[in-house]
Parts: sequence; C-alpha cells; structure tokens
Amino acid sequence: MTEISETVGHFKDLYSEGEDRLPGGSIAWVAQRRQAAMNRFAEQGLPAPRNEEWKYTSLKPIEKRAFALPEPDAQEVSLGDIDTYVFDDPGAYRLVFVDGAYSEQLSQSVELPEGVTVKPLSEALEAGDEALSRHLGHYADPEGTPFVALNTALMSDGVFLHVPAGVTVEAPIHLLFVASTGADERILSYRNVLVAEEGADATVLESYVGLGEGAYLTNTVTEAVAPEGSRLAVYKLQEEATTGYHIAAFEAYQGGASEVYHHNISLGARLARNDVNDALDHEGAHVGLNGLYLGEGRQHVDNHTRIDHLQPRTTSQEYYKGILDGRSRGVFNGKVVVQPQAQETDSDQQNRNLLLSRNAEVDPKPELEIFADDVSCTHGATIGQLDEDALFFLQTRGMTYAEARALLIFGFANEIIEGLPIEQVRYRLEDRLMRRLPHAEAMEE
Amino acid sequence: MLSIKNLHASVEDSEILKGIDLEVGDGEVHAIMGPNGSGKSTLAGVLAGREGYTIGEGEVTFNDKDLLDLEPQERACEGLFLAFQYPVEIPGVSNIYLLKSAVNAVRKYQGEEELDAMDLVGLIKEKMSLTGMDDSLLYRSVNEGFSGGEKKRNEMLQMAVLEPKLAILDETDSGLDIDALKIVADAVNRLRDANRSFILITHYQRLLDYIVPDQVHVLHNGHIAKSGGPELPQELEKTGYAWLTGADEAAAEATGGQ
Repeated sequence: MTEISETVGHFKDLYSEGEDRLPGGSIAWVAQRRQAAMNRFAEQGLPAPRNEEWKYTSLKPIEKRAFALPEPDAQEVSLGDIDTYVFDDPGAYRLVFVDGAYSEQLSQSVELPEGVTVKPLSEALEAGDEALSRHLGHYADPEGTPFVALNTALMSDGVFLHVPAGVTVEAPIHLLFVASTGADERILSYRNVLVAEEGADATVLESYVGLGEGAYLTNTVTEAVAPEGSRLAVYKLQEEATTGYHIAAFEAYQGGASEVYHHNISLGARLARNDVNDALDHEGAHVGLNGLYLGEGRQHVDNHTRIDHLQPRTTSQEYYKGILDGRSRGVFNGKVVVQPQAQETDSDQQNRNLLLSRNAEVDPKPELEIFADDVSCTHGATIGQLDEDALFFLQTRGMTYAEARALLIFGFANEIIEGLPIEQVRYRLEDRLMRRLPHAEAMEE
Repeated sequence: MLSIKNLHASVEDSEILKGIDLEVGDGEVHAIMGPNGSGKSTLAGVLAGREGYTIGEGEVTFNDKDLLDLEPQERACEGLFLAFQYPVEIPGVSNIYLLKSAVNAVRKYQGEEELDAMDLVGLIKEKMSLTGMDDSLLYRSVNEGFSGGEKKRNEMLQMAVLEPKLAILDETDSGLDIDALKIVADAVNRLRDANRSFILITHYQRLLDYIVPDQVHVLHNGHIAKSGGPELPQELEKTGYAWLTGADEAAAEATGGQ
C-alpha cells in the first residue's frame, strides 16, 4: 500500500463512520452526492506534489495525520470565548458553528426581508429545500479539487442562504466557524450554499477562527450563485490557529449583468490554501476578487484563483497583496481564461508581494489563457522589500525605525483594507494588523 | 545652533567630505552651492543621519548635543528637519496620518502631551495656507500621484507643521517651475525668524533670488572652497564654477551638466 492510498483508506473510514451520523444521511439525493464525491476522492487521492496546481504546497503534514470526525458536543464554547470575533452590531444576523456543528446558543437571528432563508445546512437539508438540492454540489464538485470532493463526502454543516428575486438584504450576514480548544486532530468540513435569485443583493461575511493550539483541519467550500442582475459580496476572514490547517474553495457562478465580489483575507493557519473560482457565464457579468495574505513564522499560504470569461462583455478585476515575514511562504496563482466567444472581455489582475525577511519566499504566477481576439487583459506581479528611502524619510519625521517599518507595512496592507466597503470589517482588520505589527501601537487612534 | 568641525565622510571607500567647517548661528540662513559631485547632498545626508556613510574625523554639535551620536528620529525630535530632493511616495498612508504621527513623535520626545486628531487638523489647516496646498491632498496617500510641485509643497507643509529649529533643504528647488519655487521661498521666508536657522543646498542661484541668505558657501571636492555674503551667488552666475573645476568642465556644466 502506498502512502496516498493509506490516506484515502483513512478518509473512506471516516465517510463510513459519518454515513449515518452526518446531516442528510437518510435523504437519498444527499447520500448519493456524498457517495459519488467519496468515489471521486478515492480515485484521485490527495493532490501529489507533481500536480502543477499544488507544486508549491506540500500536503505531507495533512497526509501524515489521522484526522477524526469532530465530536461537537464535547466542547463548550461561550459567547465570552468568541467576543473578539463577533461584531457588536445588534442588527447583524449571525450563525455560529463550533467544531463542525451549528450552535444556536451562540447565534443571533434578526428579522430579514420576507422570503429570505438563512439557516444551517443541516436544517435546510432536513427541510428538503428545493433550491438547495438544485444547487448543492452543482458548481464546486464537477471541477473541484479532491478537497472539494472530500468536503461533499464529509460535510457536517454550514449555511444555506436564499434571497428571493429583487430582494436586498442590507446588513451583512455573519458566519462564524469556530475551532475550539478541543478540535485537535479533527477535520471540520463546512459547506455553504449562497443563492441569490434575479436582482437579489446580499453580503456574507465568513470568519474562520481557532481558539486553541490544535492541529485541526478546516476543509470548507462555499458555492455562490448570482443570476441576472444580482449582486453577492463575500468577505472571508481566516484567523485559524497557527497550528491548524485551512483548505477553502469558493466557487461562484454568474448570470448576465450580475456582480460578485470576493474579499479574501488570510491571516492564520500553519498551512492555508484558497481556491477561488468564478464563472462569468452571461454578458455583462462582473467579478471583483481582492486578497490580502500575511505569513510569519513558518506559515504557508497559497491562493489559487481562476476567472472564466465565458461570454462577451464580461469584466473582472483582481487585486491580491501578500506580506511575508520570518520563514513563511506565499503562493499566488491567478488564472484568467477568456473563451473564444468572450469578445470585449475586460480583465485586470494585479499581485503585489512584500517580503520582510530574507528567509521569506513567494511564488507569484499570473496565468492568462486568451482565445478571443478583441479583449483588454492586463496583469502584473511584483515582489519587493520595504523602501529604504521611505524608512529614512519617516525617521527624519520623528519615527523610530521600528515604527517606520510598521507604518510602511500597514500602508502596504491598507491599500486592500481601505477598499473594503464594510466599515466594521475594515476596523476589525486594522485592529488585527496593528496587533501583528510590532511597534504599531503608535498608529492606533 | 550648528557647529561642524573638520567633518570627513565617505561612501564605501571613497571619501566625499574632506574636512568641512561650518558655523550656523541662531536665525541664520546659509546657502551651500557647488557643482554636481561636490558633496552637497552627502552633507545633508550625514547631518540628517542617513545610512551608508562612514564618518571619519570631525564633529558636529547641534544645540550643544553631539549630533552624530543621535539616531535620525532623535535628530528630528531635537529640531532638525530635512526637506528631500526627491520626496518619497508612501502608498496606503495618508498625509494627515503622517503629519499626526510626526507631530506626536516629536511632542512625545519632548515630554509634551500628544495632540488628538481634532487639534491637529486645526494646526495643519492653518499651516496649509502657508504653502497653498489643496485640502484634499491631506487625505491622499503621501506624495502618491502628486506632481513635482505638490511634492515640494508637501515637504514645506511638513516643515511648517514641525516648526524645526534648523531646516536643511536639499536641492528642494530642483525641477521646480517658477511658481513652485516661489512657494518654497515664501514658506522659508515666513518661517524665518531669530531662532530658526536654514541651510539651503542648491545647485542654482535662482532660489537665492527669492531667499536672501546671510552667508553663501561654495562646496568643491569635499571642502568649502569659498564663503561670502549674499552677493556671492551673483558672482558665480557670471563666472560659473570655472574657477573651481577648470574651464572644460565648466563649459560642460553650462551646456547640460544638470
């Protein structure tokens, strides 16, 4: 037996163990999709290093661990434990999950416009929601990574959001996924399905946080559907424990003149991998992808994005920035594919990286595949260090070297942060960044 | 105010400053002129504490303190200001934020209470009238996308807000049109008083048409080759630096050395 098949064998055991216990086990279509996904995973196994898409990201630490299904009731998490991660806004809808399961006690529901559904996936499956069965697995699974297949096979909970045609949900809906101090050696598989109908508008904030120091694995998948004239904004804020592993996929499908925005902030985890994919499948669809990734110590953060321009006059704008310190490593792989019929595509992709130490490393790789001739596609990738002249300049204005350094790093990150439309998220991020930067206290108001 | 005695400084293995002597008294304006490569910018860099210079012999005292012993930010907090020849851009950091950080760094060092945003905005807006800078530039990233003139105005605004005891302008006039040059000159003239001194480092005489210096020094080959009163630049205007560098080089200077 090879090492890979041992891994597959282990996850197969988890699947068998979860068959009856995981949500929707008694519902035929759910069981079928789980089974199909498990088969797909068994065929592929975890991606090998020779796989181009995983070239810079070693999965050895994940392979060598025997992750178990979570036992959610084993851990008591109180509101006090998560108060730095929730938003104070009393008008905010909040769903909290602890170690793979929904916690009603920590969640907060507020009144939403008529017809809007927000509920834990487990409940939505049992309720037999038609839109959920139509969309779940429809976007992420066909071309997803083996981790998407594993997620479908093992998904324990998550959120189903459905916004009816023409309805706007003003306040962001906050999804908080908590790994407790008891999450060590557990695999937490969340599945979110966000469905906007025509002309609907909603904003979702996904936070992933770790409270302990366990070597747990979060494997999460979010599918988003934005048909004609709709708008979906997803903020993903990843603050896992730096001993944890975080694998995430975002898969969006867009209709005509729709808008999708994905803001991907990666701060935590020993190893973090994001696959962000968007299909612009009707005229006039627009996607905006923003990302900020921070690495320190021995953190490894890998962002893979893919935008498919499938139809004419679709537009995309992507801006990812990375700050790597210590012995951390960053990967950015941004693929933009323009299909032959996608004339008048307008696409811009930028990736900027700041290396703060000699031992930090980043591998930026823009990948453009253009099969149409009347397009405007630009891209750029840079790797740089702090500007010595700027450091000296700030010192001549009274700041210490350390303060000057912190201010320059903050400025670099701030270009992404100040572009975030939600004020609360901006403040939260500024706060996180301040804490992370030594000698940044001077910057606080 | 500032006393430089026999200052030697080198970059890597080559000596740039070869024994500078200069006394700047309270409230005096000194101009330092000289051809390219004479050591003008090195002198500014050494005084402000830029890295990369090896100080050999000599000493510099600034208000009774050993200047060379201080970190750049300590020099700033003691009242030394450097206006840059090429102001740097700082993306993501607003001008107002920079000014607030700078003012409070100095106040903290001097044991004064830090100012809050409200107090500062008042102070800064008052100083902005001095430089003719548009309010909107306060909330933009430092120097990002600023024109050459706006960048220099921004330097003057920082100077006006920090109210230094000694300001060194390192070729602040280079690349400026006449209107921007007047703004720089106007800022210096308005801030000039009995307790504040200036060192104007310039390649050209034209800045000195608007700021009348107390003394003018010509730097050549790491030495002060000549010192004089405000009339010296006009003499140089006629003769160029020919008497220093030889006729051939002077001709090159005149036809496009800059």
